[in-house]
Amino acid sequence: MLDLDDIQYILLNRAPARAGRYEFLSFASAEAGRAWLSALVDQVHSVETMRASIADEKRWVTLAFTWNGLRALGVDEAALATFPEEFRQGMAARAEILGDTGANHPDHWVDGTTDPDLHAIVLLFTRTVEDRAHYQEELASLLAASPGAELLSALDVEAIPPFGYAHDHFGYRDQLTNLAIEGSGDAPTPGSGGLLKPGEFILGYPDEHGPPAGRPQPEVLSRNGSFLAYRRLQEHVGKFREFLAEHGETPEEQELLAAKLMGRWRSGAPLVLAPDKDDPKLADDPQRNNDFNYKQDDPFGYAVPLGAHIRRVNPRDTAASINRHRMIRRGATYGPHLPDDAPEDDQERGVAAFVLCASLIRQFEFAQNVWINDKNFHELGNERDPIIGTQDGTLEFKIPTRPIRRTITGLPAFTTVRGGAYFFIPGIEALRWLAAGD
Amino acid sequence: MAIPEGGFFPDDVEYGRYGPIFPKTPACYGFTIVAKIIPGREEAFREHGRTLEKAVKDQPDILAPLELHYLRWVLFEIKGETYFMYQGIFDTDFDKYTEDAVALFSQSGISTVFENLEGFPADWKTNPEAFVEFVRAHHRPSFLEYGEYPYVSADEIKKALRVKHLFSQMLDQMQ
Repeated sequence: MLDLDDIQYILLNRAPARAGRYEFLSFASAEAGRAWLSALVDQVHSVETMRASIADEKRWVTLAFTWNGLRALGVDEAALATFPEEFRQGMAARAEILGDTGANHPDHWVDGTTDPDLHAIVLLFTRTVEDRAHYQEELASLLAASPGAELLSALDVEAIPPFGYAHDHFGYRDQLTNLAIEGSGDAPTPGSGGLLKPGEFILGYPDEHGPPAGRPQPEVLSRNGSFLAYRRLQEHVGKFREFLAEHGETPEEQELLAAKLMGRWRSGAPLVLAPDKDDPKLADDPQRNNDFNYKQDDPFGYAVPLGAHIRRVNPRDTAASINRHRMIRRGATYGPHLPDDAPEDDQERGVAAFVLCASLIRQFEFAQNVWINDKNFHELGNERDPIIGTQDGTLEFKIPTRPIRRTITGLPAFTTVRGGAYFFIPGIEALRWLAAGD
Repeated sequence: MAIPEGGFFPDDVEYGRYGPIFPKTPACYGFTIVAKIIPGREEAFREHGRTLEKAVKDQPDILAPLELHYLRWVLFEIKGETYFMYQGIFDTDFDKYTEDAVALFSQSGISTVFENLEGFPADWKTNPEAFVEFVRAHHRPSFLEYGEYPYVSADEIKKALRVKHLFSQMLDQMQ
C-alpha cells in the first residue's frame, strides 16, 4: 500500500489546471530556507488531500530541491553523499550524456537553472489564469516574509488555444499515456503497460527488480520521495510549419508528415491504429488511443517510422526490460500561441516539462542517451528524435513507404533546450523534517 | 585501428552515463575482461557454460538486448592460479545497456560466473555502478583491432542473410 497521505500529489495526479507558474529559488542560509519552507509546507497537497479537495481547490503546490538545495537547508554531508551521483552532479554537468550539445548546451540556457545557487523549485498550478495572479501574490508575500530566500527566476505556463484538450505549440495532443502504479487506485488503460511497481517512481517501495535497495539516507528524507528532471524546451513553431509546407504539397500530405514525425496524428490518434487517415474519435477514446504495440503490429515502421518520437520515448515491446525505463511525465506550455496564419514572431514559446522517476540515470538519462539522441537507435544510422532530439541540420528522418522509403535530409531543429535541472521531490513528512532542521 | 595505451583517444573521449566510453573500432565495440577466479571454483565456470547453453536453447533471443556479435569465455593458468577471460564483441557501447545487461545476468543461472571472480561486488544486482566499476577495472583494452567487414553490425549481417535466403527463394519460384 502506498502512503497516499505523504506522497506529493504530482506523482500520481494531474491537477485540473489551466495555468501555473514555476519559481526557482535560492536560500542565503539554512535558517532562511527553513523559515520559508515552514511557512509553505502546509500548502503542499499529498495525493490524499488533493483527491479529497479536487472539486473545490483552485491551486496546487509542489516543492522540490536540488542537491545544493538540500545542503543549503542543512542536510549533513554524510546524508548528502548517499544521493546518487547523477543527482549530485546536476543536469548541466551531465550535458554530454543527455545530448545537450550545440544550441542545446547549458551555456545557452536562459532561466538560471545552471546556477549552483539554485536550491528549490515551486510548482504552482491554478485552475484559471486569474487564480494564478492571486496565488502568485501569496507566494511573493511569503517569500518577502522570509529574508534570505530569493527568487532567481520564474516561468508562467498556461494552456493554449485552439483545442479543448492539452496540446503543445505544434498542435500535438499531449497527456495520452498515463501510467498506473500499483497501490495508487488507478486502473491502467489498454496499452499503457499494466500496473507498474511503485518503486520505479517512488522511493521506499518494491520496484520491478525487487525490494527497495540503495536508498538515500536518512530514511525520513527519502521515503515517498522521487527525482524530478526539469526541461524547458523551446518550440520553433514557424520553422516547424515551414518544414511541413516544404515537404508536403497538400494540407493532407503536411498533416501526414507531422504524424510521421510524432507517430500519432496531431489529434492524438496513433498511426499504428490509423495509418492512412486521421481518426479524432479514436484519439478521444482512452480505451483505444494507446492500445497498440510495434513488434507484431508495425515491425518495419510502415505506420510509425522507426525513428518517430513516440517510438523512441516509449519503444513498448521492442525494448528490453521496458518497465525499468518508464517515466511519469508532467508539464505545461509556456509563451503565446502562434495562430496558424501568423508568421513567426520570435517570441519564446514551448513546453516546460518534468520527468518523475526513482532513478534519473536508469530512466530519464537512459531515455535521453539511448532512445532520443542515439543516432543509431534501431540501426537508423543518422537520425535522432525528430521532435526533441539534438538536431544540427546534418541528420535525416526516414519514412518507410512501399515500395521504397522516403528520406528527408537536413532535418532542422524544431526544439531547443533553454533550461533544466535535477530536483528531489520529498514526501510531506520529509518536507517537515527539512523545515525543522533536525 | 591502433589504439593508444589506456584504450581511449585522448582528443576524442565520449562520455556515457557511467563514465568514458571505449571507442568503436572496425571490430565494433567490445571488452576483454581478465580476472582471477576464487580458487577451486573452476567447475562453477564450466557449469555456467552448460547453463547458458541451455538458456539460449530454450530462448534463442535471450541475449538479444546486448546487441552481440560474439562472446568468448576462457579459463587459463598463470603460476598455478586460474584466471578467467571474458571477451565480448557487440554493436553498442556497453554503457548504454548496462542496466539491461545486469537484469539479464541476474536471471537465475546466468549470473553465477561473475560471482566466482575475486573482488566482484556482492550487491551488483542492485548496484549497476559497482558492476560497471568492476568491468572497467578488469577490462584490458586492445592496442589493435581489425575487422574484415569493418563497422558492420550484427543486425546488418542478419538482414543480409535474410535477403540472400529470400533471393534464393525468389529464384526457386522462377524455375
